[in-house]
Amino acid sequence: MLILLGVAVVIVGFAVRLNPLLVVVLAALTTGWFAGLPPLAVVAAFGKAFNDNRFVSVAYLVLPLVGVVERAGIREQAARLITRLEGVSVGRLLITYMLFRQLTTAVGLMPIAGQAQTIRPIVAPMAEGAAAAQNPAITDETRFDIRALAAATDNVAVFFSEDIFVAMGSVLLMVGFLSSSKIVMDPIHLSVWAIPTALASFVVHAARLLLFDRRLRRVAKP
Amino acid sequence: MIKLAAVYGLTGLMFAGFAVYSALDRNNAKRFGNAAFWGLVALSFLSGDRLGDLANGALVLGLALLAGFGLLGRGQPATTSPEDRVTLAERFGNRLFIPALMLPLVVGIGVLVLKPMVFAGQPLMDPKQATLISLALAVMVGLAVALTILKQPLISPLQEGRRLIDTVGWAVLLPQFLAALGAVFAAAGVGKEIGMLVTAYLPVDTRFAAVCVYCVGMAAFTMLMGNAFAAFPVLTGGVAIPILVGHFGGNPAVVASIGMLSGFCGTLMTPLAANFNLVPPALLEIPNRYAVIKAQIPTALLMLTINTVLMYVFAFRP
Repeated sequence: MLILLGVAVVIVGFAVRLNPLLVVVLAALTTGWFAGLPPLAVVAAFGKAFNDNRFVSVAYLVLPLVGVVERAGIREQAARLITRLEGVSVGRLLITYMLFRQLTTAVGLMPIAGQAQTIRPIVAPMAEGAAAAQNPAITDETRFDIRALAAATDNVAVFFSEDIFVAMGSVLLMVGFLSSSKIVMDPIHLSVWAIPTALASFVVHAARLLLFDRRLRRVAKP
Repeated sequence: MIKLAAVYGLTGLMFAGFAVYSALDRNNAKRFGNAAFWGLVALSFLSGDRLGDLANGALVLGLALLAGFGLLGRGQPATTSPEDRVTLAERFGNRLFIPALMLPLVVGIGVLVLKPMVFAGQPLMDPKQATLISLALAVMVGLAVALTILKQPLISPLQEGRRLIDTVGWAVLLPQFLAALGAVFAAAGVGKEIGMLVTAYLPVDTRFAAVCVYCVGMAAFTMLMGNAFAAFPVLTGGVAIPILVGHFGGNPAVVASIGMLSGFCGTLMTPLAANFNLVPPALLEIPNRYAVIKAQIPTALLMLTINTVLMYVFAFRP
């Protein structure tokens, strides 16, 4: 029971907004302490785990490229481009992006887009541009809401379509775990049963995006 | 064969460049804090495998203390002004998208074409790491194209990269810290402990109750662990296989697949999934750290309900 205190440290630390890196280290030390490990062994175990997980941070390699195209004006161009299109809105733009992201992810092309390489330089400025075209007096609060929704749309699209691709890590994890429980299964069966959720997520999130559009229109018309 | 070590080397050099230019940035009052932080990250990428576990642990403590005591500032690399950017956007037009499009193009080619290639009996790249290797290649190609057709200074990748990495700040490392914490939790048996609590105290005596416990449990457990992959073995082994499949005769493909997707609903709602939920607000310069989670909660809760219904309806058809 006491090793669960590590989880409690995380929850409390995040809730009172301590620096999260510090919270994580404290949680690891607490967990290790109550699991009966000497402090130096916990530090070493955490160091090894950190080193083994370096691949998580490799994605930041895209930042220099994103920065260079921003320097040359890609966000301004994205915003300009979108205002030239007739009848575009934040919701319709994000729905189109979501469809693209779900379809490409479902065929295994998840890494072709993402928060750093697509949302920040292209999709978020386009969405803000679309909103500003409808209502030039758009507030900063609304801009923040639009950015958060753009980021959320990428996550929702990826999470609920990635399992349609049979070679996805989570599908292989399921196959591995089931086989260790004496249930042998072809991954395609798991992928097929990811489709209903993927379709439902498109309907649910698209409906929310259209509702957001309606809210924006109501604000624009005083 | 191109291995992940080459990608780590490249990443390490990038962070080393950030560290050097941070130290030289007189506009940042905390420049040495930034230099130390990015310098430690560079050290980890360049020689983490040679440092040994304890030294790596000390390195991680150093990073946490630098961040925890607020020793990082925000660098001010020279960049173009907003007015310049409007002018540049008018001059370059849609050519600006060409370097950005190199990313999906080259990653696609890497994963679909280069990954299966074999030279002299050796695969061209480590097949398990093909995505990350392709991403590194794609960035190099994209940068070459950007510097050529957009005529940007040769130093701009490092300076602009530093501008963005300082925008995100210490949160850059949060996903990796949390992944490491997950490993410590797993070694200490935290998952098993929670799984035992769930199965001991929650009702699983009717088919509907058991489906609810599994789906909602996957989401809640994922929120606590930050990762559906950590929750899946515990709850699938504890609830789904013995009760939903064994006792009620459910179809294991439906149960497992929708169970995992219920876990993903939890991922959308937890700050512990930092790379999806906390890094984007920093990257998009939204003041509220939890803004993306807030935007995701309604979709996540609706999807959790839908997943529960889907499993109840489809798992037990004869």
